[in-house]
Amino acid sequence: MIAFIVRRLLQSVVVMLVVGFVAFSLFAYVGDPITIMLGQDFTELDAARIRRDLGLDQPFFVQFAHFVVNAVQGHFGISYRLARPVDQLIAERLPATLELSFVAASLALALGLPMGVYTGLHRDSWLSRVMLTLSLVGVSLPTFLIGILLILFFSVILGWLPSFGRGTTVHLGWWTTGFLTTSGLKALILPSITLGLFQMTLIMRLVRAEMLEVLRTDYVKFARARGLPNRAVHFGHALKNTLVPVITITGLQLGALIAFAIITETVFQWPGMGLLFIQSVSFADVPVMAAYLCLVAFFFVVINLIVDLLYYAVDPRLRIDRAVSGGHTV
Amino acid sequence: MATTSRDLARPPTRNALRRALDSDIFYSFRRSPVVVAAAIVTLICFIGAVCAPWLAPHNPFDLKTLNLIDAFTPPAWMDEGTRKFLLGTDDQGRDVLSTIMYGARISLAVGFFSVLFAMTLGVSLGLISGYVGGALDAFIMRVADVQLSFPAILIALLIDGLARTTLPRDVHDRVIVYVLILAIGITGWVQYARTVRGSTLVEKNKEYVQAARVIGRHPVAIMARHVLPNVMGPVLVIATINLAIAILTEATLSFLGVGVPPTQPSLGTLIRVGNDFLFSGEWWITIFPGAALVVMVLAVNLLGDWLRDALNPKLR
Amino acid sequence: MTSPRANRPLLEVDGLRVEFPTRRGTLVAVDGVSFHIDPGEVLGVVGESGAGKSLTGAAIIGLIEPPGRIAGGRVTLDGRRIDDLPYEEMRRIRGRQIGAVFQDPLTSLNPLYTIGRQLVETICTHLDVTPQQARARAITLLQEVGITAAERRIDHYPHQFSGGMRQRVVIALALCANPRLIIADEPTTALDVSIQAQIIALLKKLCREHGAAVMLVTHDMGVIAETADRVAVMYAGRIAEIGPVRDVIKRPKHPYTIGLMGSIPTIGRNVERLTQIDGAMPRLDAIPPGCAFNPRCPKAFDRCRGERPEAMAIEHGQVACWLYANGRMGER
Repeated sequence: MIAFIVRRLLQSVVVMLVVGFVAFSLFAYVGDPITIMLGQDFTELDAARIRRDLGLDQPFFVQFAHFVVNAVQGHFGISYRLARPVDQLIAERLPATLELSFVAASLALALGLPMGVYTGLHRDSWLSRVMLTLSLVGVSLPTFLIGILLILFFSVILGWLPSFGRGTTVHLGWWTTGFLTTSGLKALILPSITLGLFQMTLIMRLVRAEMLEVLRTDYVKFARARGLPNRAVHFGHALKNTLVPVITITGLQLGALIAFAIITETVFQWPGMGLLFIQSVSFADVPVMAAYLCLVAFFFVVINLIVDLLYYAVDPRLRIDRAVSGGHTV
Repeated sequence: MATTSRDLARPPTRNALRRALDSDIFYSFRRSPVVVAAAIVTLICFIGAVCAPWLAPHNPFDLKTLNLIDAFTPPAWMDEGTRKFLLGTDDQGRDVLSTIMYGARISLAVGFFSVLFAMTLGVSLGLISGYVGGALDAFIMRVADVQLSFPAILIALLIDGLARTTLPRDVHDRVIVYVLILAIGITGWVQYARTVRGSTLVEKNKEYVQAARVIGRHPVAIMARHVLPNVMGPVLVIATINLAIAILTEATLSFLGVGVPPTQPSLGTLIRVGNDFLFSGEWWITIFPGAALVVMVLAVNLLGDWLRDALNPKLR
Repeated sequence: MTSPRANRPLLEVDGLRVEFPTRRGTLVAVDGVSFHIDPGEVLGVVGESGAGKSLTGAAIIGLIEPPGRIAGGRVTLDGRRIDDLPYEEMRRIRGRQIGAVFQDPLTSLNPLYTIGRQLVETICTHLDVTPQQARARAITLLQEVGITAAERRIDHYPHQFSGGMRQRVVIALALCANPRLIIADEPTTALDVSIQAQIIALLKKLCREHGAAVMLVTHDMGVIAETADRVAVMYAGRIAEIGPVRDVIKRPKHPYTIGLMGSIPTIGRNVERLTQIDGAMPRLDAIPPGCAFNPRCPKAFDRCRGERPEAMAIEHGQVACWLYANGRMGER
């Protein structure tokens, strides 16, 4: 158990280093920070001084080491575009994205899982067919279009819900939350549906496919032959066995939410990290891009770690069948 | 099917076409009206997009024919609409139907070629990984794992952003389509590689492959002849579903403003541009390209879904 | 054999028919199968794969996979018709009255639960006991099936057992609620040859001790000879011959059974060569009219090609073959 965790942690560190390297390469190849910081009028002397101050005269790997040390402490430098420390910018935007992703993830799981179980158990009922057809429509609807349509109906035509922003937020220390005000909660509804819908359909289709697979196994047939009630067969035996792949894929999907939030935040002008990132891409604001990349990678690594531990908890065979369940197509 | 006595006398397996028409896959195709409809819609979209320069009622990019007086004309069936512009016009007086057809052309091209790119890359890497094995295999699969833990959209955004900042603006606008194909293609190779690798590992140890090796056949020839046919089914399924995903990814990138520029708009660009007019009531500029995108992707998804079930009889 | 109740068969299958609708028409996988099993008796059911023997077992416990369905006939357990019961009532019979042992012990057990949990849940489903009592019973059962250190092993997961051990656990699971009948579908096929005899001996011993009858489905004539009281030979979804094991083995009647026996080597008997039956069993969509065996039968005559033979009583058994019509004894 300990060895397993240590190995996973080491793997995570390697992944983070790779991502950090990619992020750092952005600095090295995209634009010249000196020009950006000093503007057009500067002397060679100024440039050399700043170069030395920033450590840019040192070898590549020494610079990378500095970058890693700073990144671990949360320092990513100054935003070219907004001229403010990046860690401050991110800290301001982080709560908005995390709250949105959390609500969207809860929505996707709370609806996707039962729908997947239902369609798996009653594969030929009309309700299943309706859900499956709708899910295919859901997969075919791009996130931004869902957002636009929701805005058109609920904001423009009906005028029930706000079309942009977070509403009124409350400060809890450095964290800002929209959960505590009516306007904050109302503002969350449309963006979280937009963000969660796609993941919900994916989770539903995945759970359904896994249920169908498991229901064909011998141990489920044997459980029936032992006369166990349907409830025990479906939820005790079948569902629990679908959990292993479902946890793996769902974990990845929830991580993807944070990245997909870029689109939702653009549509709803949601003041989160995604919006910050997309604006930074347009302006080639490298420090913000690098910080965002590292942060998203960090979330992924953490989620993957949790997924592995859950996997460990669910499956007594430990990781024996890991390789087999790896190649799922959703 | 009407059969004459002469047809009956001939063994049915002789005729490849008849065999195809009689196969289980074609049977499940004919039996499902939804799938037939999806195939027809896909075909119409393809023809409409590929032949846009000949079929479209107007050339929306010919500045000589544009007239700002035509701007914001609603669809033909509304009060101020005209028969000249069936689905209305946008802010520059361009015919929406024509921009959709031209836009779908770019969306489809990016989708199609990025899938082709991903498929070539993935199948090759999968074959190499499975056949060579060892450290190379481990390396390729680790890269696949790491890449898979990142959302495709983020990787595509990054590659696109990189190209944007390193290339001069005019060069960038010219090569953006290729950059998108590359960016979206790179995000898609993992699934092919995993599928092909798995299949290769299974086939590699079969006796006929060993025998082929013993008589001195080149490994590449062995793999191409024996492994590829076995994985064509799954690869085709992945490719179909990935075509839908690629079209959506391109649309998303363009919507975010980092994809195709408005001078040669794809469907995503059209939706983004039209989005500005949604609140002022000119809904058709956004909704029609959006509907075209959804219909196209839905049709492709339906085909992919059906193909997966048809090739995997276990699920029936 | 004194009470009138004991004279009634435990299980009666009468004209059972199982169909699979497909796009090219309906396949009849089990066609007019009739037999009975007495209390405590071991009936062997033998035949090639695809002969319908496993499906017959599945039909009796009411677990035919859709789109397959029971299209005719009746199944009676202890005088009560069970083939048309609602799902919930049939469920109470499964495990309680009829236990089942499947072919592959590696896949029959849920990998995520300890064997103890699977035993206890089965016991608690059918018997009115506390969880502690159920656990005690589970341990006893594990000891009975020959698992050493049962108190400790009960908390182990299936993957911690070998294939033979797992099949012992499966047998314990089948015996949980003392069922009157066990349907064992190829219980040893997936096992190592060296373990097969042990498992069969165990199954037979336990069923005798628990007073359970057994329907033993297998393609292994040797297992039948060792274990069964009577044997039913199936071919293409029909019963070709049924009778006491000694009769069927020593004096097979149906030409198919004769062919089957001729293809089994016997130690201590010198035979020039083993015989074999030419051809293969017909596919279910191409069963010939008349007797299903007629294209391969060395003794087939006109009637076999046109008219399907019903089961005819002969000696202590029955045979479905025109050679034995009108009391003829298979001359020709």
